[in-house]
Amino acid sequence: MYVAVKGGEKAIDSAHRLMAEDRRGDRNVPELSLAQVSEQLGLAVERVMTEGSIHDRELAALAIKQAQGDLVEAVFLLRAYRTTLPRFGHTLPVDTAAMAIRRRISATFKDLPGGQVLGPTYDYTHRLLDFSLAEDGEPEEAPPAERPVDAAMPRVTDVLGREGLIERNPESDDEPRDLTRQPLTFPADRTLRLQNLARADEGFLLSLAYSTQRGYGHTHPFAGEIRMGEVSVELVPEELGFAIEIADVTLTECQMINQFKGSKEKPAQFTRGYGLAFGRSERKAMAMALVDRSLRAEELGEDLTSPAQDQEFVMSHSDNVEASGFVQHLKLPHYVDFQSELELVRRLRAQGPGKEAAE
Amino acid sequence: MPQTNSSEGLLPGLSDPVLDQQSVFRAVLYAVSHPGSIVALPVRLTPPAPLDPSTAAVALTLADYETPLWLDAAAQSSRVSGYFRFHCGCPLTARPEEAAFAVVADASAMPPLGLFHTGSDEYPDRSTTLIIQLPSLDNGEAWTLRGPGIEKSTVFAPAGLPGDFRTWIADNRVLFPRGVDLIFTCGASLAALPRSTRLED
Amino acid sequence: MNTSQGYNFAYLDEQTKRMIRRAILKAVAIPGYQVPFGSREMPLPYGWGTGGIQVTAGIIGPDDILKVIDQGADDTTNAVSIRRFFARTAGIRTTSRTEEATIIQTRHRIPETPLSAGQTIVYQVPTPEPLRWLEPRETETRKMHALADYGIMHVKLYEDIARFGRISTTYDYPVLVDDRYLMRPSPIPKFDNPKMHRNPALQLFGAGREKRIYAVPPWTSVRSLDFEDHPFEVQKWSQACALCGSTESFLDEVVTDDKGGRMFVCSDTDYCQRRRDAKEAAE
Repeated sequence: MYVAVKGGEKAIDSAHRLMAEDRRGDRNVPELSLAQVSEQLGLAVERVMTEGSIHDRELAALAIKQAQGDLVEAVFLLRAYRTTLPRFGHTLPVDTAAMAIRRRISATFKDLPGGQVLGPTYDYTHRLLDFSLAEDGEPEEAPPAERPVDAAMPRVTDVLGREGLIERNPESDDEPRDLTRQPLTFPADRTLRLQNLARADEGFLLSLAYSTQRGYGHTHPFAGEIRMGEVSVELVPEELGFAIEIADVTLTECQMINQFKGSKEKPAQFTRGYGLAFGRSERKAMAMALVDRSLRAEELGEDLTSPAQDQEFVMSHSDNVEASGFVQHLKLPHYVDFQSELELVRRLRAQGPGKEAAE
Repeated sequence: MPQTNSSEGLLPGLSDPVLDQQSVFRAVLYAVSHPGSIVALPVRLTPPAPLDPSTAAVALTLADYETPLWLDAAAQSSRVSGYFRFHCGCPLTARPEEAAFAVVADASAMPPLGLFHTGSDEYPDRSTTLIIQLPSLDNGEAWTLRGPGIEKSTVFAPAGLPGDFRTWIADNRVLFPRGVDLIFTCGASLAALPRSTRLED
Repeated sequence: MNTSQGYNFAYLDEQTKRMIRRAILKAVAIPGYQVPFGSREMPLPYGWGTGGIQVTAGIIGPDDILKVIDQGADDTTNAVSIRRFFARTAGIRTTSRTEEATIIQTRHRIPETPLSAGQTIVYQVPTPEPLRWLEPRETETRKMHALADYGIMHVKLYEDIARFGRISTTYDYPVLVDDRYLMRPSPIPKFDNPKMHRNPALQLFGAGREKRIYAVPPWTSVRSLDFEDHPFEVQKWSQACALCGSTESFLDEVVTDDKGGRMFVCSDTDYCQRRRDAKEAAE
């Protein structure tokens, strides 16, 4: 006799216990500490903070540990936590010109005030597996710099801007909109698009950015400047009326210099693409800057021909928490809908051409 | 901003913000889902004059810093505006076409419904919800209502509205899906007339 | 009021609830129209009922009795998980009995037991836009709704008839609400569509990932699209439920062996169990 499936509650509890056991792995291996994750898997922590839209290394490390290193799952954990936090206000725009530079490179000028600062980077490492890391060997200490980096480190775009060679960024004192509080509607302005891109899945942005380089909406980009370092975050509490510093955060900023525009009336000027991410997320910041620029196609009077220029396509599919949930929801039961289709397919077959052929 | 300058000071809002707002919302949801039905306010509240408890409770439940609030002349005392500013944190607006919510304490002198925000064809939800305080919800001119939320027809008899109000509602209905939505309040009762309701001649 | 876990009543903060409540009221005032709302990231994945959960969290109070079903069943894993979420965060009573519930959150079914006035049914919606498979752009479909221009849907259904001799949509079958808005009933089987028409309960729809809320007020006309020569019809089974003998309910097919063995049982577990209890009592 068939008995209807029951016991969902017990199954769920058991599945969660199994998963916790899987996560822990072999109990003879020491448990990973959050400090270890934060210190030694720092780029993972910074990606999770960027896409999770919350700057907290310890929480991001916890999420990564809980998610067994599945960064998309870790982003989701962080986002779900973020939802429950109260909001006190918004900070002033960070001043990246005043960044305490740890890395700063320009692909457009051989030298410039402040110089090129290579900083910590995988660039120019030969990608050979370093078997010494399989042992517990400590790396050599990095030699101190011969001289400190220059205090003044003007942004390349500001240098160009003084000559009017690059478009000005519009200034605005408007209250920033927030797509995590208000529903997104199209067309979306650039600030909302940048928010969406900052939260976007790095892999998705990377592929879109790559597609623009291969001709699907080419933007003639130059990496004007990539800078990484610490900036101070300031807030103006309503009761004080003046700015106070609340934190220092590490940011990576990428300013792309793109296809120039001009006309009979207006002199030629380069256009901008902008990327910003928490931590040392350089690939993300660069991809973001390329996609930001290609999403400006309509505003800059370019033909809309490619996926990376289509803001509804890009913004609706960039979020990995949304995408992961919906792709994976297909494993939820769909008995009822499938039964409906099954009934129809059987009926169509019963009266369709296949039936006639069989007779 | 003068908020609490009156001799009585600032009156308290809902005593349990979480559960009171939930129960008031359910009363409003029932009213909007059953146009013309008179629903009892499930909480007690002592708002500043000239507001009735249900008028204040509906506004406290639905308005906040995201929703500009418009007050009619009768509700424009500093005590009332201070009360809403403090308990809802909502911005006040003098322009009815900007209002997410409007509180009308003296319905007989209210402006035509067409002056409020009626939304757009693509986003008809971005329209004003009016909270209109009346002397009575059941001893005015009897209207017969039909439409969503009503099994066959129902009679609703609000009192104290301007003479042209029926025409305004008919005009509002013509705009559909654009249009304003109305919540009528009186003492500790409320009723609603969403834009989807049709008035019979 | 806080639950033992330190989260607010029904998990969401009050500002979020107000935003959801405002969207629900506009949705009820414009039957079938999809109201954009600031959907939050929930501790459950998008696509797993986050819209329905936010709507339920926006309306639920301590006096409510909640029923949660998935595929008509109270004990499928996702239904269990969502029911536990509210039992934990709102401390409310839950039930599997349809007539006892004040709020029924559902994925893919409407209970067989008729709903009554005063009840609210909350549908979990994956894709709210009925025109989405025909036109992927929100900017375009929004215009079509503004103009009530639903020609492409009629063409699609007509092409079905030309190809298969009948309309081949079996679930998520499009409906016209109050003769104005084309609406997606969420992926319920078309078997359930007639239950939406002039239902005395309030019907609310939440799409979390797509950030839309819509509604059908009580007693509202909900018409499944059809043609005069191809009227709307629902699925029928030649079998009765193998457990309770019902010939009127939606049946799930269960594979009993690998030699073509099949049996059919009610998808609505509460309905089926109650019928079996009644039979047992009568014997």
